[in-house]
Amino acid sequence: MIKSIQELEQIRKKALEELEFRKQQGEGIRVVVGMATCGIAAGARPVMLKFVEEIQKRNLQNVTVVQTGCIGLCKYEPIVEVYEPNKEKVTYVKMTPEKVSRVVAEHIVNGKPVYEYTIGYEEAKEANK
Amino acid sequence: MPLYRSHVLVCGGTGCTSGGSDKIYDAFLKEIESFNLKDEVQVICTGCFGLCAEGPIVIVYPEGAFYSRVADSDVKEIVEEHLLKGRIVKRLLYKESLEEGQIKSLNEVKFYKKQMRIALRNCGVINPENIEEYIAYDGYKALAKVLTEMTPEQVIDWVKRSGLRGRGGGGFPTGLKWEFAAKAPGNVKYVVCNADEGDPGAYMDRSILEGDPHSVIEAMAIAGYAIGSKQGYVYVRAEYPLAVKRLEIAINQAREYGLLGKNILGTDFEFDIEIRLGAGAFVCGEETALMTSIEGHRGEPRPRPPFPAVKGLWGKPTLLNNVETYANIPVIILKGPEWFASIGTEKSKGTKVFALVGKVNNTGLIEVPMGTTVREIVEDIGGGIPGGKKFKAVQTGGPSGGCIPASLMDTPIDFDSLTALGTMMGSGGMIVMDEDTCMVDIAKFFLEFTVDESCGKCPPCRIGTRRMLEILQKITSGNGTMEDIEKLEELAYSIKDSALCGLGQTAPNPVLSTLRYFRDEYEAHVKEKRCPAGACKALLRIVIDRDLCKGCGICAKNCPANAITGQIKKPFEIDQEKCIKCGVCIEKCPFKAISKKA
Ligand SMILES: Cc1cc2nc3c(=O)[nH]c(=O)nc-3n(C[C@H](O)[C@H](O)[C@H](O)COP(=O)(O)O)c2cc1C
Ligand code: SF4
Ligand code: SF4
Ligand code: SF4
Ligand code: FES
Ligand code: FES
Repeated sequence: MIKSIQELEQIRKKALEELEFRKQQGEGIRVVVGMATCGIAAGARPVMLKFVEEIQKRNLQNVTVVQTGCIGLCKYEPIVEVYEPNKEKVTYVKMTPEKVSRVVAEHIVNGKPVYEYTIGYEEAKEANK
Repeated sequence: MPLYRSHVLVCGGTGCTSGGSDKIYDAFLKEIESFNLKDEVQVICTGCFGLCAEGPIVIVYPEGAFYSRVADSDVKEIVEEHLLKGRIVKRLLYKESLEEGQIKSLNEVKFYKKQMRIALRNCGVINPENIEEYIAYDGYKALAKVLTEMTPEQVIDWVKRSGLRGRGGGGFPTGLKWEFAAKAPGNVKYVVCNADEGDPGAYMDRSILEGDPHSVIEAMAIAGYAIGSKQGYVYVRAEYPLAVKRLEIAINQAREYGLLGKNILGTDFEFDIEIRLGAGAFVCGEETALMTSIEGHRGEPRPRPPFPAVKGLWGKPTLLNNVETYANIPVIILKGPEWFASIGTEKSKGTKVFALVGKVNNTGLIEVPMGTTVREIVEDIGGGIPGGKKFKAVQTGGPSGGCIPASLMDTPIDFDSLTALGTMMGSGGMIVMDEDTCMVDIAKFFLEFTVDESCGKCPPCRIGTRRMLEILQKITSGNGTMEDIEKLEELAYSIKDSALCGLGQTAPNPVLSTLRYFRDEYEAHVKEKRCPAGACKALLRIVIDRDLCKGCGICAKNCPANAITGQIKKPFEIDQEKCIKCGVCIEKCPFKAISKKA
């Protein structure tokens, strides 16, 4: 029983969150998880699910999690790319569910990419070996 | 509602269901279960997306991948590739939605680009069986607004100012009708929704009920508040079981949520809705017949006035509107009358839903601003005529309407310009015809329908339309005379003037309209015994090309009417008197020597 407009509004907000990502992609942030065979083998599924969970927990609007196929860098899997409107995409590599919480908190919420997890950082590390 | 990372929307509209979308839905549930994605991926059955010609349709979010012509055997691949691995199944994507490897947003696809969806706003977007999805997209917010912020007079004033006119055919100003019902004396009043929709080829109202039933329920409650009624009825055909089922579910959910019943949203407003099933007689869509039918009698029209707004159901003031008319109301309340009035033409505001069918590539359900031209609809939205054929005309308004010929293709479509062309908006059936359609035959088709559906109460309609049909049959079988054409026209006008209800008054329209624009076709049938479109069977001639015939005699052996004679090794001949035009000989001739001639 909805007894007031306030209650109707609460239901609306909650239901809308769930449907928000059915709107066509565009303005929001897109988190793209590589989910080809090697990505899945390297553990991309728990990474993706962790993203979904964190985004739901923090009630973030306008963020969608999508999957993609082979990115072509199998040895760095699981790979996650974050697209923000009007910004360079950021590519995270060798992701784990633990790393996800930090990426969500620092990058998606506060707009500061976590450079230690990015591809550039990894490549530099390899080169210095 | 739990959060899912992916939503799979399977079209559950009439078109896609007949293409097997129910099996596709089940297959998704099964595959998703077997890949253990049940907690991540939600499968939803929606209403019609509009592009029925490309059905069955499946959309996967958040990517917005628009899959068309999906078969249940494709489901496994979509689940395994797209949902599990994130690889979009390109071969199933609607061809137009894929551009340079990027998925275009649906609004960018040609079919949707010129459309504007107000009445269909939620069709194909929400799960019609889940009231929370309707609420998510501002559902029941308009009802809340009128109950707490507006007086009934204000509501009526807004509907008047919006310029909304009835979408059931006549185009009567909706606000005015509401005002009449509100001002009529009496404590007991009714709100009725006309969901009879009997026009051949039309399925707009049914699709709204199937895809977004709550929008009609909400609007009826708003109407109840505006005119002072506690009880609504939806009159819907029993042959539309999906629409009836979705409506039942929606009404029950609305009751559960306290949006129907007593003390709606904590106010003292009370309103409830019941469904009444119609037996599927076209005349029962006529408002007085419809009310008689709800009262439990045989659905026969009675003269008006008194109009329903004064003396309707059980003699009480009754507001009766069409499904699509109602579906516009919540948006008008939320966005304001000025917004609505800014769409469309001078005297026809807003949009109109059409069921685009016939000889056009993208058949389906479309909604366009009033004033969109026939050309835009046929060429841009409809994607043109299949098979490189030439566009001939569109028929609008069903059995009460007429046609718009190719030469008037740039006419902006609204109530008044259609009437000026001698056709009607009607409820929104739009049948596209190409050069192979015979206009006399079309007129005959609609008249056959009228003769079948006439209730028989008044002689002009019962006897007159039958006489008209007989004349048309005479003409299409090659036995008509020029006097017949004159008599046909005379009869048409006198029936229009003397029939009791709208059915009979408009029944001659298809004949008058085709006579107006395609008189030469009638004359060709009469004078030359020829059907220019090659559609009238009786006037076709099956002929043997003497140069191609090798004289094998196969045709003669196969002819069931013994119409073919000849001597082996000499050209054979067909006796036109005996030939029944079955076409068997055309198929059998190994040398392709036999063909049809108009
Ligand atoms: C023979 C006949 C059939 C009709 N069928 C329908 C119908 O199926 N649906 C409908 O809404 N109106 C139909 N109408 C028009 C209704 O009588 C009525 O005008 C309309 O439902 C009013 O609603 P509106 O003002 O919202 O258009 C029909 C009228 C006639 C004469
Ligand atoms: S016009 Fe036709 S349908 Fe209408 S009352 Fe007369 S007979 Fe019946
Ligand atoms: S169309 Fe049929 S009836 Fe006519 S000639 Fe051919 S086979 Fe015989
Ligand atoms: S089957 Fe064809 S070729 Fe043979 S006799 Fe008939 S028309 Fe001539
Ligand atoms: S499969 Fe993962 S990068 Fe190629
Ligand atoms: S019924 Fe599926 S798109 Fe129309």
